[in-house]
Parts: sequence; structure tokens; C-alpha cells
Amino acid sequence: MVRRPSNSIASKLTRMNLLVSAIALVLACSGFVAYDFVSFRLNIVRDLSMQAQLAGSNSVAALVFDDADSADRTVAAFGVSRNVLASRIYDAKGQPFATYLRDRDEKIPAMPQIAAGKDEAYRFEGGHVILAHTILFEGKRSGYILVEQDMERIVERMENYGEIAAVMLGFSLLVVVFVSRFAGRAIANPVVELADAARRVSKDKDYSVRVNSTNEEGELALLVDTFNQMLEQIQQSHQELEKRVQERTAQLVAANKELESFSYSVSHDLRAPLRSIDGFSLALEEDLGDHLTAQAKNYIQRVRAATQRMGMLIDDLLNLSRVTRAEMRKERVDLSGMAKAVASELVRADGERNVEWVIPDGMEAYGDSRLLRIVLDNLLGNAWKYTSKHDHARIEFSQERHNGGYAFYVKDDGAGFDPAYTQRLFGAFQRLHGITEFSGTGIGLATVHRIIHRHGGEVWADGAVEKGATFYFTI
Amino acid sequence: MDNEPILLVEDNPDDEALTLRALKKNNIKNEVIVAHDGAEALGYLFGTGMYAGRDTQVMPQVILLDLKLPKVDGFEVLRQMRSDPRTKLVPVVILSSSNEELDRTAGYDLGANSYIRKPVEFNDFIEAVRQLGLYWLILNRTAPTKRP
Repeated sequence: MVRRPSNSIASKLTRMNLLVSAIALVLACSGFVAYDFVSFRLNIVRDLSMQAQLAGSNSVAALVFDDADSADRTVAAFGVSRNVLASRIYDAKGQPFATYLRDRDEKIPAMPQIAAGKDEAYRFEGGHVILAHTILFEGKRSGYILVEQDMERIVERMENYGEIAAVMLGFSLLVVVFVSRFAGRAIANPVVELADAARRVSKDKDYSVRVNSTNEEGELALLVDTFNQMLEQIQQSHQELEKRVQERTAQLVAANKELESFSYSVSHDLRAPLRSIDGFSLALEEDLGDHLTAQAKNYIQRVRAATQRMGMLIDDLLNLSRVTRAEMRKERVDLSGMAKAVASELVRADGERNVEWVIPDGMEAYGDSRLLRIVLDNLLGNAWKYTSKHDHARIEFSQERHNGGYAFYVKDDGAGFDPAYTQRLFGAFQRLHGITEFSGTGIGLATVHRIIHRHGGEVWADGAVEKGATFYFTI
Repeated sequence: MDNEPILLVEDNPDDEALTLRALKKNNIKNEVIVAHDGAEALGYLFGTGMYAGRDTQVMPQVILLDLKLPKVDGFEVLRQMRSDPRTKLVPVVILSSSNEELDRTAGYDLGANSYIRKPVEFNDFIEAVRQLGLYWLILNRTAPTKRP
């Protein structure tokens, strides 16, 4: 199963919906509550106004007949309402006439100015509403009444609203969360299925996997369908490729077999006539020895030498082709030990030579041990051969840092070669010295080159005439 | 020293001539019978065909066997030789141009006693024959084949 990411579609949807719903709810609630607040306040004012007018008209007689006590009693009637804090009647000149205070230590607030042409004025102050109304008698202004009321009712109302809103908000947000999660899963599941299928294809290389297509239309169905189509394509081209690989492999195997039988017949059929040429030339020389001139003998010698050389060339070519075809078995190879063995064989074959060998221990490589032996045979053998004209020689096989890894090298102080011809060094049958200088067929380095290349490495050389040569290789 | 003949199985007339010459050069006096293909070789060994009536009690002291032969090849000759009690113990030296591992393995597998690659240079060949002669004709003791 593919791990669900923590920032999943479900949680994204949930967060988004929560945010949107919360904003919408809050806005809606605020709107309603604000409107309600305003209109309820207006209601309060209207209510208060009505009470003030009633009380006012009840006090007309007291004002006209200057009956303060009666007016006091009228105003004291406000005591019925728990919310009224204070009330005062003023006479026509604006002097206080009658007063009611709910609490002893209350003060009468300042009277709101009634604008000309209006009968009433009110203001909100400190959480109370203060209202003033003209008292009219037969169209004439006979006094004013002032009432102060607190807004306890509205506060209560708002608190109720707050509670209701909170509960509604909480409940609907909960619903939002559930619905969003569910919807999110519904969208995410096909996507996760797709991801799962993709992972199975790439991990198990199972190209027959398909995703169940849903019945609904829409982007997801489109994705699933095109995904399936793509898988179909991949499977087809994979099968085609496999078939092609099989064909090529069969071709390669066939070609290799042909090459093998070719080498085999070369090995037998080409050498037999060479044997005859050499043998009968020698027979000629031996049997006619006394009758042959020195020049005739020389000619026969050349025939025999050429024959033998051809034999060597055939052998070398055969080796080269065998090297190309041989199966490689890679393992850890102790190059130091191998080089020392090759060196001691060379010394054993010709112990007269004065050669200093420098081969440090511990050099290792990962490759086919037989083929690497051939490489060392050739490189060390060459070093041996091309230092044979010097009294003293120094042959070194070691490694040095190269391009972040190591390169091995065989270095000698012998005949060297002209660096102008470096690119010819590794060609088959290419030589930079004549046969009379140094024997050889020119296959050795070509063989080394092919073996190193089969190991995926590189081989190159440095040298100067009579200053020795160094051959490098990487594996 | 036994004086049985040497059987040379070789189809190439040049090689035949050179081998005989090499044997002569080494003063090997044994009679040399030459079979030019596998069938002739088997005919000689079992007294059939053109060799009908030969005394098959007398077996060669050593057989020099080439591998590539017409009609019946060297391996087949070897196989038949080793499955017959009369010829099972006769020493066989394979003389072949090929140095292919497959041939060598097959040769030894089928019961050859020795495998020598024919060198191109004739002097080497003479030397090889000399050593062959020294070993197989003088030093080596064959299994007794004469019935008492």
C-alpha cells in the first residue's frame, strides 16, 4: 500500500471547507445579530418613548396645576419597570419638576437636546438609553420628560444569541468535517489506487496491471482510462522489445558459433600446409646440402622463417579471437601476486638478464583472472623484451591515482617508442619496431586492448625513444 | 626392447612423408604401417578389410593418431579401440594440429595416452618425434598382448 501523505486531499478539503463554512456562518450570524441588535434597540427606544409619552400626558394636569406631588407619583410609576434607572419631569422653563431614581445614589443625566421642530431626542450613554420627550397640552409645550433605561434586556438577548450561534457553529463545523473527510476519501481513493498500480508496475515489472475504471464521468475517470491505455502501450512495447532482444540474442549466439567453427578450422587447416612448406624446405636443404650454393641455402632459410612467422601470426590471431569470445568470470584478483609470478617466469626463461623489478604488494582488481593474466603477460613481457638491449633495466608495475580512482601501469626504461605513433600502438599487427630489432607479431597490445575494453576499462601509453615506455590501464 | 610395428594414422601425404622422415632421422627401426583414414586403421587393428588375415596377436607398440581423418575420424578410432579388449591397452599418442581444449579433453576422455600438437617448424617436429620414440619405443613397457 502506498503511504497516504499527511497533506492528503481529505484533509485539504476538510480544512478548506471548515474555513469556508466558518467564515460563512460567522458572517451570516454577524449579519443577523447586528441587524437584530439595531432593530431591537430601536424597539427599546420606541417602547421607552411610548412610556415617556404616556407618563408625560399623565403629568400634564400636574404641570398645569403645578402639582409636584402628583407628578412625583406619576414618575414613580416607572418603578414597576426594573430596567428604568431614572426619570424627571421638567417644567416649561426647563426646571426640574418631579424626579424618580431607582437607586439612591444615581444621578440624573443631562437632558438630550431636542431639536427645533422635533418632539423627542435620545442618546446612548454608558450602556443606557436616555430619552427626552416634550409634554404638550393643547399644542403648547408645557414641559419635558426624561427617562433613562438600561440595556439589560438587549445584553441578555445578545448573550442568548451568542450561545445559540456557538452551538450552531460547533455542530455545523462537525458536520463539515465528516462530510469533507468522506468526500476527500472518495476523491483520493481512485488516486491512491492509481499510485498503487504505478508502484506495482515499476517495482514488480508487472505490466499486466490495470486500474478498475469507475462508472462516473469526470477528471478522475479520464485519468484512470488514460492510465490504463498507457499501461497497455507499455506492456505491448515491452513484449516487442523482449521479442527483439530474443531475436538479437539468437543471432549473436549463431554468429559466435560460426566464429568458433571458423577459428577451429583455421587452427587445423591453415597450419597443415605451413608444416609441409617448412618440412620439405628443410628436407631440401638437408638432402641437397652439398649441391646448394650459399644463396640457395639462404633462400630456403627465408622460406622457412616466413613459414614459421606465419605460424606465430595464426596462433596469435587465434588467441585474440579466443579472448574476444571467452566468457568472463569476474572475481577479486591479486594483481601484485600475478605480476610477480609473470616476472619470475620471465626471469626463469632468461636468467642472465639484470633486471630490477618494482612490484608493490596489495594491488587488486575485479575481473577475469585468466584474461588479466594475459594482459600482464603481454605488458610485462613487452617491458622485458624492449629492455633487452640495455645492460640494466628497471621494470615497475604499480598504480597511481587517476580521475578519482586508480590506474595501473607498467613502466620500463627500455627502447620506448616515438610518441608520434601512439595511436597505432594498439592496432592489430601494428608494430613500431622492425622484426630484426625486436621479435613479435604486433598482436600483444591489441589483445591487451580488447581484454581491458571487455572489462569496461581504458588503456593508454606514454613513451619516448630510448627513454622507456609506460602503459596504463584501468579496470 | 619390443619390436612391434608403429601404426601411423595420417591422411595428409605431406605430414606422412615428414613423419616418416623424422622417424628415419631418429634411427627408429621399427616397421611403420601407415593407415590413411580411420577405416583403414581399424581394419589393420582388427584384421579386417585389406588387412584380413593379419595376425591380430601382434599389436603396434604405439599408435600415432591424427584426429581429422576421412571416413572414420580419430576419436571414433579411439573409441572403438578402447572398447575392444584386444586393443584396449595399446598406447595411443594423438598427433594433431589442434590445440583446442575441447579436442584435448575429448582425447584424454576417450583413453588416449598422450596428446602432442604438431609443430609448424620441422626441427621441432623432429625433436618431438625423437622424444616420442625415446619414450614410447624404448622406455615404455607395453602391456603384454601375446596370449600364452
